[in-house]
Amino acid sequence: MSSNIQPVLDALKTKFPDITFDPKPLIAQKNPALEQIFVRVPPDRLIEVMQFLRRDPRCSFEQLSDLTCVDYLNFPDAADRYGVTYSLLSLSLGHRLWIKCYVNDPSPTVPTATCIWKGANWLEREVYDMFGVTFTDHPDLRRILTWDGFTANPLRKDYPLRGQGERENYDIVTRESA
Amino acid sequence: MGLAVAAPPMQLSREDFLSTKLSALMELIHKGAGWSRKYSLWPMPFATACCGIELMATGASRYDIGRFGAEAMRFTPRQCDLLICAGRVAIKMMPVLQRMYMQMAEPKWVISMGACASTGGVFDTYAVVQGIDQFLPVDVYVPGCPPRPETLLEGVMAIQRIVEAGGARNSTDRGRGLRMVAQPTVKINVSKDS
Repeated sequence: MSSNIQPVLDALKTKFPDITFDPKPLIAQKNPALEQIFVRVPPDRLIEVMQFLRRDPRCSFEQLSDLTCVDYLNFPDAADRYGVTYSLLSLSLGHRLWIKCYVNDPSPTVPTATCIWKGANWLEREVYDMFGVTFTDHPDLRRILTWDGFTANPLRKDYPLRGQGERENYDIVTRESA
Repeated sequence: MGLAVAAPPMQLSREDFLSTKLSALMELIHKGAGWSRKYSLWPMPFATACCGIELMATGASRYDIGRFGAEAMRFTPRQCDLLICAGRVAIKMMPVLQRMYMQMAEPKWVISMGACASTGGVFDTYAVVQGIDQFLPVDVYVPGCPPRPETLLEGVMAIQRIVEAGGARNSTDRGRGLRMVAQPTVKINVSKDS
């Protein structure tokens, strides 16, 4: 485990004793100092924890460097389906932390992080587009990559590569309508 | 074509006049216009992927598309008569390409450059058009992934042969009008004179 992330984990444990963070390395490395740590946060406590991570001087994660999602359908030993993943970077203290927030069907919902990091806006729209995870209180939750009228969520594991007839049933611009 | 609506002489019926004298004159005009047009193609580069790099190489000094009179690349369809679609086209981009084709002045021709533009290539996914000829009337397909500049020049020369044969006829008269279909499995109808 990287040594400079330990104060952050200690701070989290003291501040939120009721949450099981369960810190683990994101990818196991030969050199433990190179490992990056992820913690689990339940969706109903997410904003609380994120605000603490942003504001506390021991954490001070100024940057949300990425926000994505993983579909754990048919993944070995996976208990939940969607893992909304946040990559946090502290520019002043030079440490990184990954947050995973697990949600499930039928209506996977996560509170928006745009109130803390404005840059989360388009990233959350991408996750909404590709995985169908809804972000509550998002200022502009629309599809960002696929076109108008598209209804599926292509990065879900049960979505076929060639689509469900979207490219076949495509709206045509004709000479009259142009 | 102002000549087509001119009043025929009294001794000939309109049909006779059109079938003999006027059509011979029109053939001459088509021939002359075709000959002059084939050396003044103005390509509209629609480069979305690595084929665009080869297209740029074709335009640069070593291969020099200007030898074929097609060096005047313009980035507005209003000034162009040859659409070179180089690279894969996403379904979201297809309306843009269709509108650009419609904005080009007649007569106009289309080159589908490379495997992706012609068939979708390796990108057999939900978001990629499996060949732009499902939505646009394509005149010449240039094979390759990406095609070398020589291959693209061969495609330009094929367009020149079409231009010379087709003359001043617009794309609808050549049977290459905008007959777009909704289902990719349906073939575009091409009349027998094209």
